[in-house]
Amino acid sequence: MVTKIKAFSLGLVALLAISLSHSLPSQADERFITVASTTSTQNSGLFEFMLPVFTKETGIEVRVVAVGTGQAIKLARNGDADVLFVHHKPSEEAFVADGFGIKRFDVMYNDFVIVGPSEDPAGIKGSADVITALKKIADSKTPFASRGDDSGTDKREKSLWKLANIEAGGEWYRETGSGMGATLNTAHGMGAYALTDRATWLAYKNKDGFDVLFEGDKNLFNQYGIIAVSPEKFPHVKIDDAQAFVDWVISKEGQAVIADYKLNGTQLFFPNAPVQGS
Amino acid sequence: MGAQESAIFLAADLVFSGDYQLYSIVALSLKVSLLATGIATCLGLPLAALLAIARFPGWDIVATFLNAMLGLPPVVVGLFVYLSLSRAGPLGMLGLLFTPTAMVIAQTILITPIVAAIALRSLEDFNSEYAEQLRAMGLTGWERAQTLLWEARFSLATAVLAGFGRAVAEVGAVMIVGGNIANVTRVMTTAIALETSKGDLALALALGVILILLALVVNLIASAAREIGRKAAGEAPARGEA
Repeated sequence: MVTKIKAFSLGLVALLAISLSHSLPSQADERFITVASTTSTQNSGLFEFMLPVFTKETGIEVRVVAVGTGQAIKLARNGDADVLFVHHKPSEEAFVADGFGIKRFDVMYNDFVIVGPSEDPAGIKGSADVITALKKIADSKTPFASRGDDSGTDKREKSLWKLANIEAGGEWYRETGSGMGATLNTAHGMGAYALTDRATWLAYKNKDGFDVLFEGDKNLFNQYGIIAVSPEKFPHVKIDDAQAFVDWVISKEGQAVIADYKLNGTQLFFPNAPVQGS
Repeated sequence: MGAQESAIFLAADLVFSGDYQLYSIVALSLKVSLLATGIATCLGLPLAALLAIARFPGWDIVATFLNAMLGLPPVVVGLFVYLSLSRAGPLGMLGLLFTPTAMVIAQTILITPIVAAIALRSLEDFNSEYAEQLRAMGLTGWERAQTLLWEARFSLATAVLAGFGRAVAEVGAVMIVGGNIANVTRVMTTAIALETSKGDLALALALGVILILLALVVNLIASAAREIGRKAAGEAPARGEA
């Protein structure tokens, strides 16, 4: 009996060892870089469109971890990514200034919009600027769903409230503490307004009875930047491949691929990397 | 809204059209969770058997701790494993973060207590029945533990399946340590979370339907194997089962 169970457990362990060694991809034989990025670039489908082009050309696989900008920067600061591709310029500049990144490049832009129930309960449609729109929401105490997750969109929203001199809080102001899509789902469920980047909104599918109610203010400009993580800070960073990716994204060709990406005929991101001298 | 109805059709469509990289996601889900279950079984069952036969000072504390670990939130486990495997963490040089291996580690930590705690319950039943006989046979403690495991093997399947169920359904830990990277660490649950965040609720629900079917199939196979084994062993259905 005891020998039986010995044989049985030996078999189990052997089986485990074999499957472990065979089934999990090993690190050494694959050429890849890890990019910490935002949910908007992933959820909009941009990466799915653009990364295969780069991989085909260079043989470098790009693994994207899509989280909020705040979390992406923390990942990169821990050395868990080779490239940072996010949208909050002040934090990106601080990242480089603190020695974690080599150099920051503008990549592309689009804009933020305020979405909400089509009936527009606070009447923000046609407001002169985004500050007026936010004041109308706050004054009428209409529900507003905030990310509350320290993402790029969240940072922007907080700075807009500050600009409007409004202490956002109280029963109408609801922090979801989650990603853009989840926050849109929540806003949709409670009939609340929300600030979102246009790309996520256009790709988002659960928008019956919801519309863009305010857009087109210079304060809603949404710039994306890319930074290779510094190998001086983290010797394990795959700097050659990371730099190859950064160079490609801001190259004429990479920029053209970004401009080519359309969803239902609408261009989602507008390339604006500085022209490369070569 | 129709999302529920369309989800059923969409699920069928996904399964039969081979679309959505569904098969590779399902395969990775199974691979990661089965490996974690296998390791958790190797660790959890001997632990449960030793606890079932041994009585030592602090036994209650260990057993209570084990039961408390049943309520371990996956996100906390994920965070713990992330901090350990991060380049800034103690095991950073292994470069395991954002790999399936990291996901196996997180799930193993999560479900080993589940396997052990549930196994302990049925092993204690067996032990109260056989303890005197075993002692009379003059077996050492470890031999008694092994005998107990062997005798209770069919009821222990419940513990192992409970561990697998938790592993395959869990999203919080694998999201953090795996990163939900397409084609690398994306499993059923993180794909569901992603589609939900894209507002594609029908597709998310369809993936949920497939996940449930998957769990059902694994459980059916396990219970069929158990029946066959039981017949071969010429045993009446074991005690201590729900």
